[in-house]
Amino acid sequence: MKKVIVPIGPYHSLFEEPEYFALYCDGERVVDIEWMAGYNHRGIEKLSESKHWDQVTFLIERICGICSTSHPIAYCNAVEDLAKIEIPERAKYIRSIVGELERLHSHLLWVGLAGHFLGYNTVFMWAWKYREPILDIMEMVTGNRNHYAMMKIGGVRRDIENEDIDIIKKILDELKGKLEMLTGAVLDDPVLAARLKGVGVLTKQDIKDYGAVGPVARASGVDIDVRRDNPHAAYNLVEWKVITCQDGDVFSKAVVRLLECFESIKIIEQSLVRLKKIKGDIAIEVRYIPSGEGIGRYEAPRGECYHYVRSDGTSRPVRHKIRAPSYVNIPTFKASCIGETIADVTIILAGIDPCYCCTERAITVYDADTRKKLFDGKDLMKLSQEKTRKIKKQLGFKEK
Amino acid sequence: MAIDLKTKALKKSLFVFHLSTGSCNNCDIEILDCLTPRFDIERFGMVLVGSVKHADVLLVTGIGTIKNAERIKKLYEQMPKPGFVVAIGACACTGGIFKEGYQMAGPIDKIIPVDVYIPGCPPKPEAMIAGIVKLLEKIK
Amino acid sequence: MEIIEQVKEKFKSKIKSVFFHNEKRVYLEIDKEDLIDVVKFIFHDLDARFITASGIDNLKDMEILYHFSLDSDGIVISLRVFIDRDNPCIESITSIVKGALNIEREMYELLGIKFLNHPGLKRFLTDEFPEGFYPLRKDSPGRAEQ
Repeated sequence: MKKVIVPIGPYHSLFEEPEYFALYCDGERVVDIEWMAGYNHRGIEKLSESKHWDQVTFLIERICGICSTSHPIAYCNAVEDLAKIEIPERAKYIRSIVGELERLHSHLLWVGLAGHFLGYNTVFMWAWKYREPILDIMEMVTGNRNHYAMMKIGGVRRDIENEDIDIIKKILDELKGKLEMLTGAVLDDPVLAARLKGVGVLTKQDIKDYGAVGPVARASGVDIDVRRDNPHAAYNLVEWKVITCQDGDVFSKAVVRLLECFESIKIIEQSLVRLKKIKGDIAIEVRYIPSGEGIGRYEAPRGECYHYVRSDGTSRPVRHKIRAPSYVNIPTFKASCIGETIADVTIILAGIDPCYCCTERAITVYDADTRKKLFDGKDLMKLSQEKTRKIKKQLGFKEK
Repeated sequence: MAIDLKTKALKKSLFVFHLSTGSCNNCDIEILDCLTPRFDIERFGMVLVGSVKHADVLLVTGIGTIKNAERIKKLYEQMPKPGFVVAIGACACTGGIFKEGYQMAGPIDKIIPVDVYIPGCPPKPEAMIAGIVKLLEKIK
Repeated sequence: MEIIEQVKEKFKSKIKSVFFHNEKRVYLEIDKEDLIDVVKFIFHDLDARFITASGIDNLKDMEILYHFSLDSDGIVISLRVFIDRDNPCIESITSIVKGALNIEREMYELLGIKFLNHPGLKRFLTDEFPEGFYPLRKDSPGRAEQ
């Protein structure tokens, strides 16, 4: 059998890190996939051992720009578990609000980029346009568009003023209508359905084998959500529900993410109402971290963030282990990509939302025997977009 | 003195290539944000291209890890000249919070020559546009 | 807790110690020879989800914590295993949990722990480092000599 290796990356930058995937193809079918990482390895776990407990929050915020409040929440949960600290009620609601705002912007970012990979740039522009007001709220509440620096051990760093609450509510109300329109447009589109349904299916067994988490697991009918299973912040004080789908394909992942946006808005709205009534501190002073070990979890937009810290009673962690959700979600490609065509691989890779950041890519396709260049990154994208065009034609859409 | 024809043509429409070399991908998202309706840098003739061989400007983010250093040099060599390098974000400019890490080979100006620095963590899209405008002035 | 009682009953003296940090966080210490049996029981019979494994260098020995989550109860069970620091090797659990593949590779690379019967134990994060430089060991220099 003649196999062709299609390298994706390292400067594919579809991922959190510039990563490298080698697709082994037989004709158009993918028969195997190999993952190489580390282009973005910055040694954060080691750096964390040289920082003060309080400084670590700023460091781990910079693990990932999109989940930049999920890691601090998970870390604070871990240290609070270690030292047995209970945070004030006001801080609980503020944590939930910032966390859910981040989920909103992250899911919209995914919808936009997924549209782009399929050749639907309209979806890309829409979704990113509607994401801007959320970043405005963030800038108003936290002082920065990304990297919020809101979390600290024992509470939060900044308060949300009562005047701001009204403005946030107004922006969210406007956003809700737009989101409904976007959700309808994406989920009712026959072309998107034809491209996404039945593609990259993950069964319940795959999810268990690889330990996948977050929307990837929930799209396959595995009902897990750390916010509900291991309540922290204000998640057990407000009404919301966990969204699951049964099919496990990329379309289900899109449905889960889009519907989760509405749940996030629900959580934020309830929290804002209660925040107006609750008076009190936003943080308690933590002077000393005793020796021991602690585990903290948080449901980031991509799944469960897991932090393990160990203290020996000094001012720095002895060990800080971090497991980001994409680390366990990426190996599921071995189950979802094999047997699919190359044109679909782009969207399957994007389907788990591996914290990707940009659209340009440096893929080149080589013949495995002769190392001759066959086609490069742009062609791969074209391949995916052409498939959409073909389906459009079959469904009777007119080319503009 | 007559302006070099190549440089004059270059100024009308900058083609940029984006290179992430060990960043937290926040700067990368903000670069993409520049393309979307609110900031829309395409109205200034700037286009994000898919291959470094088409680019006039290299936007570099991240600390430049040891694993990446060789690849950054290679990509810089592939860029047609005259070409310019913009270091975006605190990591690319100075190493930022990751400076003491064992994977650090940068900052970027240790690996390739840099023309414009845009500090910030992450710099706002407005800051990036301002930085590129400064670059255009510099080309003059 | 009911589930921990089940584990204790099944393995009896093989569980060397049980430590309840609180009702949601349990640490069980076992010998490295019993690891496979206990992991099999927790992963298959208790239907737990494998979260991750953390390797820790204590200077006098090495320690690995295998974290499992029982999602319906919100409990995290951590299996604690101590291994020799001069010859750090332990049986791989990839035959039971496929998802452990990359997690064990990372530990091999950053701490130098060898996993026996692992299908592809090679470096994948930092292939430019010299052999014998394990950044997460406590006595390693801040940077590798280039």
